[in-house]
Amino acid sequence: MRRNWLHRFTDIRNRGINPQGFHVSQIKFYALLLPLAALMMLPIIFIFSNAFKPPDELFAYPPRFFVIRPTLKNFTDLFSRMSTSGIPVSRYLFNSVVITLLSVVASILVSSTAAYALSKKRFKLKQTLFAVNTVALMFVPIAVTIPRFLVIQRLHLLDTFWVHILPVLAMPVGLFLLKQFMDVIPNEVIEAAQIDGASDWWIYWRIVLPMIRPAIATLAILTFQAAWNNADTSTLYVTTEGLRTFAFYLGTLTATTTGANVVAGQGLAAVAALIMFLPNLIIFIFLQSQVMSTMSHSGLK
Amino acid sequence: MQSRGALRNWFSKEGSAYAFLSPYALLFIVFIVVPVLAAFLLSFTFFDAIQFPRFIGLRNYITLLTQDDLFMKYVLPNTIEFAVIVGPGGYALAFLLAWMLAQLPRLPRTIFALILYSPSMTAGVAMAVVWKTLFSGDQTGYLNSFLMGLGIIQEPIQWLQSPQYLMPIMILVTLWSSMGIGFLAMLAGILEINPELYEAAALDGMSSRWQEIFYITIPSMKPQMLFGAVMAIVGTFQAGAIGVTLSGSNPTPQYAGQLIVNHIEDYGFLRYEMGYAAAVSVVLLLMVLFFARIANRLFVSEE
Repeated sequence: MRRNWLHRFTDIRNRGINPQGFHVSQIKFYALLLPLAALMMLPIIFIFSNAFKPPDELFAYPPRFFVIRPTLKNFTDLFSRMSTSGIPVSRYLFNSVVITLLSVVASILVSSTAAYALSKKRFKLKQTLFAVNTVALMFVPIAVTIPRFLVIQRLHLLDTFWVHILPVLAMPVGLFLLKQFMDVIPNEVIEAAQIDGASDWWIYWRIVLPMIRPAIATLAILTFQAAWNNADTSTLYVTTEGLRTFAFYLGTLTATTTGANVVAGQGLAAVAALIMFLPNLIIFIFLQSQVMSTMSHSGLK
Repeated sequence: MQSRGALRNWFSKEGSAYAFLSPYALLFIVFIVVPVLAAFLLSFTFFDAIQFPRFIGLRNYITLLTQDDLFMKYVLPNTIEFAVIVGPGGYALAFLLAWMLAQLPRLPRTIFALILYSPSMTAGVAMAVVWKTLFSGDQTGYLNSFLMGLGIIQEPIQWLQSPQYLMPIMILVTLWSSMGIGFLAMLAGILEINPELYEAAALDGMSSRWQEIFYITIPSMKPQMLFGAVMAIVGTFQAGAIGVTLSGSNPTPQYAGQLIVNHIEDYGFLRYEMGYAAAVSVVLLLMVLFFARIANRLFVSEE
């Protein structure tokens, strides 16, 4: 019995990459990873802790990291509040939810149709266009904020709802990952359907899309993060307060220039930060295994 | 292969390919290609956002290289310092962490991956709240209070407003959130490697784990290494706004945290010298391209 037990933890199969169970050789990795992970989690734990602190704990001296008497006061305060320009907080949140949902759905459609063409269709420019998209992986959006502004101005998209969504949809990483994942689907599957007389749309919708679900989940996460965390669009391209996003509103809570009420702002900002963070976390937890299976096709050759 | 009506067939096939491609292509052209081209063209002009751009040749670039004291004295050295530490540093850290995670069974691996990845999920705004509170400059700031309690410092330090601390904090914060999609790609890459390769190497007498990393792991996952590198480079330059976010002002205190991205914003949106800002943008894009080429040299698979 004892021997078996020992054997389990020293089994050669549990050494090295992707082990099946625990092995003594793993202890050193735990010893390094546990403290590091704890340190990296501190700011995240801090968001949770601060959001539930009553005012006296938020401004206690000396400050305490963990909440002692948790309260929901900050949450009720946040939602009963109007911004300085008279817009209720729920309006920003509503904008963010709608913008994010539409962005995710549209991004999936736009990128997956393009990926289908680049992966499964035959046409002359195929290799070239994919190469262009691969170069665009290196694109740094923040570098071209100004020319983007001019383009958006010309298209009369300034200060509209759509300016939040359209620029997010051109996401080279998303198309790249979808296309790489789609390449794994055997061409025979597509050809068999074509012989049966299936149309392109039918093949795309009924065969290809269901087979690339993990990649779609990954794209959904990436688009979600890009849209949900986006405060820049509201700052640069939108002037109507009622069209701005929750991420933008969060920024105004802590900005020193508008800090008329810094004291009240602390608790509100903590709750708002939690509301910003939590959906990211929940979605990733649910989709993480899909993301990992997509990432194994992420190689750049 | 080509049978009757092949030509017509061929046309209908190509046509539908472009139909599938067109929505993405349109957005790609409008929001990526055109802005990049516009930045390139505007960089040869004087443009104040009111009058029509006036062609001035290479003057913006000459000014940038010879007369822009701020750029040469603060922005460029800051950007290089930030990029060199955060880029390769974050990348090496991501690889090492991914490699260590790959040595663990599935459940603990997933939990650690989630913890390490989660900082990268919520960029910028949300985290600024946390950092501003933790690094708050008065004695109620968490870090100040902690260090004063230990007796390491006597007076509270204005972490985010002092030139000597701003840059290290920017680097720390960016490294903290740099285990993003490139990290996940490398983790997946390591897990994909055929275990027989390691067994064969062990039979050939390879004994150290470091040898294993350099002779088996990295060469077998070059494509993922390259993907991770590109993501690290883009992430590093994209993170450039962090100094302004943390300190709450552009320019940052005594230009201590001024990076090239802030310089663009400073000239473009604060001084309305958009032609000049465009020239700086072009320099930034060229820097990204330059670093990506280096990564390409290192990891491109020769086949």
